[in-house]
Amino acid sequence: MDSLKVSGKNNKHKVFLYTLSTCAWCKMTKQFLKANEIEYEYVDVDLCSEEDRQEARKEILKMGGELSYPAIFVDDKFLTNGFVKEKVRKALEI
Amino acid sequence: MTIEQLWQRAESDARTYGYSQHPNPDFLRDLLEGLKLNEERYGYLSCPCRLASGKFEFDRDVLCPCDYRDPDVAEFGYCYCALYVRKDVYEGKTPIVPIPERRPLEKQARAYDILSEASNERGTETSAMVAKGPSEIRLKLWYCKQCGYVVFREDPPYICPICKAKREMFTEIKIRAEAFG
Repeated sequence: MDSLKVSGKNNKHKVFLYTLSTCAWCKMTKQFLKANEIEYEYVDVDLCSEEDRQEARKEILKMGGELSYPAIFVDDKFLTNGFVKEKVRKALEI
Repeated sequence: MTIEQLWQRAESDARTYGYSQHPNPDFLRDLLEGLKLNEERYGYLSCPCRLASGKFEFDRDVLCPCDYRDPDVAEFGYCYCALYVRKDVYEGKTPIVPIPERRPLEKQARAYDILSEASNERGTETSAMVAKGPSEIRLKLWYCKQCGYVVFREDPPYICPICKAKREMFTEIKIRAEAFG
């Protein structure tokens, strides 16, 4: 599965998002990370091939998340579904 | 539909039910753009914040306004994507934060299982969450015992759109076909 990387000055933590290209909450999450110069990678699941959709589903569920977007991972651990700003701030120490 | 038409559609629907649209114009525009994109992709207004399968029968419950809007607004003050909000939320008295997904897991899984459905037919995969194929979705007639509203859907509504009765007030109408002559 190919992810897209958004560069940022702050790469202290590895941030990975499963998102939907149509989702306003996902867009808000990306804007927040960008505004805070956080480096992150993401996959827009709705734009994936069917095989990759299934892989994304397996990965999210395996890591303890739900099929709700965005699904946010920090340092290879599931953090939260949905853009819960305070949780993200705390995990990224910003 | 254009963004303006989508706005008018949502506004009219919000007023009918005593709701408002999301108070933040930028967020609202993002939601409407997501809806527009889904309409262009799939031919119907699937919820922008949920993964659509692209098959109408699979996505029917998440066509905006989705089946889960009214119970979500009643419980949290706004729907899952937050397009529709209650008055106190619109006025900023209740904050808007992500809410839990009410859509049942087996329905969510339909957006992922188009392939596994095919592989199941070959007997290569077993999964508790495998979706039913469109031909297996059994539509039924349901009526509201309180107001008589009738709907032809897989499941009864969570809340009657006419009289606001709860799901428990719906009963399936069973039709018995008899041959004459």
